Amino acid sequence: MNAVAVNNIVKTYGSKKEIVKALDDISFTVKKGELFGIIGPDGAGKTSLFRILTTLLLADSGSASVDELDVLKEYKQIRNRVGYMPGKFSLYQDMTVEENLEFFASIFNTSIEANYGLVKDIYVQIEPFKNRRAGKLSGGMKQKLALCCALIHKPSVLFLDEPTTGVDAVSRKEFWEMLTDLKKQGISILVSTPYMDEAAMCDRVALMQSGKIMSIDTPGNIIGQFSKPLWAVRSKEMYRLLKDLKNYPNTESCNSFGEYHHLVLKNESRDENEVLKYLQQHQHKNIDIKPVQPDIEDCFMQLMDTN
Amino acid sequence: MKETVIKVDKLTKKFGDFIATNQISFEVEKGEIFGFLGANGAGKTTAMRMLCGLLMPSSGSASVAGFDVYKQTEHIKQSIGYMSQKFSLYEDLTVKENIRFYAGIYGMSRQVIKEKMTSLLEQLQMTAEENSLVKSLPLGWKQKLAFSVAILHEPKIVFLDEPTGGVDPVTRREFWNLIYEAAEKGITVFVTTHYMDEAEYCNRVSIMVDGKIEALDTPRNLKSAFNAGSMDEVFLQLARGAKRKAD
Repeated sequence: MNAVAVNNIVKTYGSKKEIVKALDDISFTVKKGELFGIIGPDGAGKTSLFRILTTLLLADSGSASVDELDVLKEYKQIRNRVGYMPGKFSLYQDMTVEENLEFFASIFNTSIEANYGLVKDIYVQIEPFKNRRAGKLSGGMKQKLALCCALIHKPSVLFLDEPTTGVDAVSRKEFWEMLTDLKKQGISILVSTPYMDEAAMCDRVALMQSGKIMSIDTPGNIIGQFSKPLWAVRSKEMYRLLKDLKNYPNTESCNSFGEYHHLVLKNESRDENEVLKYLQQHQHKNIDIKPVQPDIEDCFMQLMDTN
Repeated sequence: MKETVIKVDKLTKKFGDFIATNQISFEVEKGEIFGFLGANGAGKTTAMRMLCGLLMPSSGSASVAGFDVYKQTEHIKQSIGYMSQKFSLYEDLTVKENIRFYAGIYGMSRQVIKEKMTSLLEQLQMTAEENSLVKSLPLGWKQKLAFSVAILHEPKIVFLDEPTGGVDPVTRREFWNLIYEAAEKGITVFVTTHYMDEAEYCNRVSIMVDGKIEALDTPRNLKSAFNAGSMDEVFLQLARGAKRKAD
């Protein structure tokens, strides 16, 4: 059974003069119990997709279902079953932590007690502040409260739109640990993020750019599809190294990757000695060149290049 | 000779009982790319606002571009550039109008603006979009334009607050190339980011935890001091110990 099925969805914005294709013929499915990531930068179409699936926005064409329910005909049932955490903080700022949670439980005809087991591990972290107004919470705590509110009616599918944007590395890590725990409880989760490194935490991911899905697979398979040999290169002057490597006639692509530059050579050349010679001719010092495994960001950039 | 452009000594800001920034001290040299990292709520924004002359410190001292953060805030504002993800350009003005507006604010003459406008648009390959509204541009273009506008008046220092959030991986790297070029021209770059790979691109990095600077060195030295394979690990080791979770 599918938690989500999307078939040829198209969504455009704007007038006749200037049409923006937010979603350009998108199709994919998410299996029940899956933790599925939509990875892409701002403007990829992630939010439009989430809003269509949560029945808040109508597609121009195509069809979609959530929990085997049609987003058009059975939108009311869908609304009862999904949890949605929008990218923008959307709780009531002037209500306390506890009041927000009670409110969301009651509009779904349930109570905090009935589903406390589901949110307990997250809620205990913000419980010391339960009488504080939501607007006065820190970013990390707001995010935890929003997740509790999205979960309190025990949804079967959870939609999280960029929950980790603007959040520091520690809180991001904690958030993904929470999602892994939720997945164990059988909830299907669709989560979007602009951070490529978070792909590794998902069962499967869709890499999105400009309204199109460039690739859908497990993170491991996507990395496996990066067919070309990849080199990591470092020297004393990194910016000059980047410029020189880009000018090297046999370079197909060269990108900064933390303390190294990642280099793909034309003709799938595996000969690093030629590169080394070239760099020595250009007076580079302390050169370090070694083969390296690609990560999702390498794959994303290669896909952007071929699309 | 090395020229110090930011000098901070025991700089502190208290809000009531809360010590947002707690006796931080550091120096930044001319042309350096200085990464200013920390968890949400560590006190980065407060520190940055004091250095930009927007917030009066409670105690300690600091000078930016040679000007005192207590007494010469207007001079500081004229010597720096600033951009962030949240505040950069006016969406309902065109590319050209934004450039003209900011350049005017920074006190550049019409003649100089005119000259710089053409070369800037060419450099960014945006000449064809000069009359487009900024809101119609892709985010990556906006951020590159915003950065170029922030350094158009050739400030001594440019402050960048999470400049690359949400930007695609290719544009993110193009953005960093602009940063390198600015640094080569002698502009000092003071930058915050949540992308730990970007921390590696900085000459030196400081990491704030609970209002204090807990580490400050080159990325390589930090990794070896913390016995870590990446800056991500260094950051996690330090920030995991944070008690404060405020914004």
